[in-house]
Amino acid sequence: MNLKKLALGALAAAVVATPMALSTPASAYEYTIPGLVYRTGPYAPNGIPFANGYADYFKLLNERDGGIGGVKLNVVECETGYNTKVGVECYENLKNEGDSGAMVFSPLSTGITYALIPKATEDEIPIFSMGYGRTSAADGTVFPWVFNFPTTYWSQATAFVKYVGAQEGGMENLKGKKIALVYHNSAYGKEPIKTLEVLAADLGFELMLLPVDHPGQEQKATWLQVRRAKPDWIFMWGWGVMNQVAIKEAASIKYPMDHFIGVWWSGSENDVLPAGDGANGYLAGTFHSPSNSLPVHDQIRDMLYANGNGAGEVDRVGEVLYNRGMLNAMFIAEGIKNAQAIHGTTELRGKHLRDGLEAMDITEARLAELGMGGFTPEVKVTCADHEGGGPVRIQQWNAADQKWEWASDWITPMSDVVRELVMADSAAYAAENNITPVDCN
Amino acid sequence: MELLQALFVSPFMDMWNEPAFFIETFTKGLLTGVLYSLVALGFVLIFKASGVFNFAQGVMALFAALTLVGLLEFMQGKDMTANHLVGMTVVAAVVAIGMLGLKKVNKISSVQAPYALLGFCAVVGFAWILRTIGLPNYILIPFAIVGTIITMIALAYLIEIAVLRPLVNQELIILFMSTLGLAYVLEGVGDLLWGSDVKILDIGLPTDIYIAEFPFGDVYIEQLDMVAAVVAAAMVIILAIFFNKTRIGRALRAVADDHQAAMSVGIPLKTIWVIVWSVAGIVAMVAGVMWGSSSGVQFSLSLIALKALPVLILGGFTSIPGAIVGGLIIGVSEKLAEVFWYDLHGGAIENWFAYFVALAFLLFRPQGLFGEKIIERI
Repeated sequence: MNLKKLALGALAAAVVATPMALSTPASAYEYTIPGLVYRTGPYAPNGIPFANGYADYFKLLNERDGGIGGVKLNVVECETGYNTKVGVECYENLKNEGDSGAMVFSPLSTGITYALIPKATEDEIPIFSMGYGRTSAADGTVFPWVFNFPTTYWSQATAFVKYVGAQEGGMENLKGKKIALVYHNSAYGKEPIKTLEVLAADLGFELMLLPVDHPGQEQKATWLQVRRAKPDWIFMWGWGVMNQVAIKEAASIKYPMDHFIGVWWSGSENDVLPAGDGANGYLAGTFHSPSNSLPVHDQIRDMLYANGNGAGEVDRVGEVLYNRGMLNAMFIAEGIKNAQAIHGTTELRGKHLRDGLEAMDITEARLAELGMGGFTPEVKVTCADHEGGGPVRIQQWNAADQKWEWASDWITPMSDVVRELVMADSAAYAAENNITPVDCN
Repeated sequence: MELLQALFVSPFMDMWNEPAFFIETFTKGLLTGVLYSLVALGFVLIFKASGVFNFAQGVMALFAALTLVGLLEFMQGKDMTANHLVGMTVVAAVVAIGMLGLKKVNKISSVQAPYALLGFCAVVGFAWILRTIGLPNYILIPFAIVGTIITMIALAYLIEIAVLRPLVNQELIILFMSTLGLAYVLEGVGDLLWGSDVKILDIGLPTDIYIAEFPFGDVYIEQLDMVAAVVAAAMVIILAIFFNKTRIGRALRAVADDHQAAMSVGIPLKTIWVIVWSVAGIVAMVAGVMWGSSSGVQFSLSLIALKALPVLILGGFTSIPGAIVGGLIIGVSEKLAEVFWYDLHGGAIENWFAYFVALAFLLFRPQGLFGEKIIERI
């Protein structure tokens, strides 16, 4: 073989290879996306739809787009049973999984999130606790590896109070009102207490705290307290069977359901259906639409379920918790896309994805491109602010039609109150753990 | 001083000043106690017959409620899911194996296979016919209940064959450990058969409240709790007659005293165990239905067993009246403490306060309220 033939051969190979390269062929490199799920145990009814939405969205990206930038996404599930200890074991087992190692952890548990924050920070793997976990992690200078956008429990608590103020004819009318907080007696359930105490002091309403122990199967004493104290409004931070029992108990003491507002983890179809008509009018916070007919839902049905590749049952696509899992996956996918652009490579690891998540800037136009127009408010994350704005909307259960409907417009949280609390808590955490805050300038 | 006031004065003044609320709290405590007793009854039955603490009792309540909902949904013609198909097949298989037990065989052999096949086909065929005809709920519900009872009896046979029989005369701790394993297996199988979703259990029980009007105020009582109380009372009467007035009841008491002595006088240990586990399964079904009607049937239902433990400590492991009285005492005391001493503790004491009450009783009666006092000579 002479030089001329070799050159011609190389040229021919280059001609053949160039179009392939331009069309971003499937790479052997894969992104490992851990799914810390709970498909078994007492919290499985909520864990399953979330896990299905999460898995389906990544599958859709693999089917429809060939992954992200030609790199396939490999969702590796690990069953936590909503148990913090098991969640930590899952983290240790998955953090070095595959080519990329774990790209990000979404623990779907405030307890697991708290346990993983120091570990993930040390291992340089981002934690994305979407709307749960440690609220003060919204301060990106102290928690550079933790993200909790698009909103947090504290923002939600202020949004609830603003909603109640609007219903009462003005915030000044909250003075002298009584608001009860029925909460899961755990780190998760206690998250909003501080914020509500600050607001109670500022606005002059009385806050009544009613803890419910795990799992919340028996709550008669709690609802006797409600009947005795007759609060004007009830907020609920519940999860699992606690939600169903609370809504049923509230209905049975004839508490007005349109004065009963659940956190976004107490506002799924699972929570209201067992109470039947009694749940009609029940309110819940949310940060995404309850729609099941977005273009992305149609794509999931057509490209996955029609071929028998869906993670769950087709008629449950679009349920509240399914949508939330799907939204969680969408944010991660957008973060990966950002990270590819920032680092100019597709061979990313968790530390690169952190930059992509911090560059998150989801506009309505981008949502429409993703088949999710109007699904969630615009989100912009910065180095210092990992919460990204935090609007909350109230949805209301229509028992006759068995669907959630909007009961409010998007409510902007009291960011002055929340930010002050976030900064104070994160500063205390930094001092306790000898953390030097990141300089975002 | 403030502490003493909150502990010894304020709660009693509140009870005196709010009589309607006190009556409501007391009544709800009693009715909740009845539900605890229902779960505790299952434990007592098995403990009486075998000296074994059946860790799987809570899961049996879950399994029974899941089977009831699954059968009912199947017969109502709801959209078939993989879980329904698997569930129906396994229920039929369990019944089929149960029929082998009815033939009193020691092991499955080809000779009895036609009986098993017949049972299997009968269950699937009958349910399928009901599904196809589309009968109203008031006809389907009794069929679903009977189907669940048959399943629980068949399950008792299976447990006797696969778990208890190989362990006859073993240490009681080994039998206890086997029920621990049984609990996890049943929970896993239940999940596999019927799925983990919250299932709505509507068998026509009332869900509204009854409002009793007094001159000093209204008292709200849930009708479902009243039904549960009536059902529990009926069950206790039936069980009391069964154990005290029938030959099987006397045999059961003999087995409870000494397995080997009972066998030596010709009492069929295997049959007794199957009967007791069957009755415990039926009691578990009733408990599962009552709890499941208010919260939906879901896996947390198995945790109601934890509510029965202080009842057993208090009432004694061998006494049916003890389970009832213990349940009532626990129910009332935890409700009164949670509600009227709220200012002192800030809530969420129900889970441990019941154990506190039970342990306090143990100080004075180590064998429980109605338990048998054991005196052993050294």
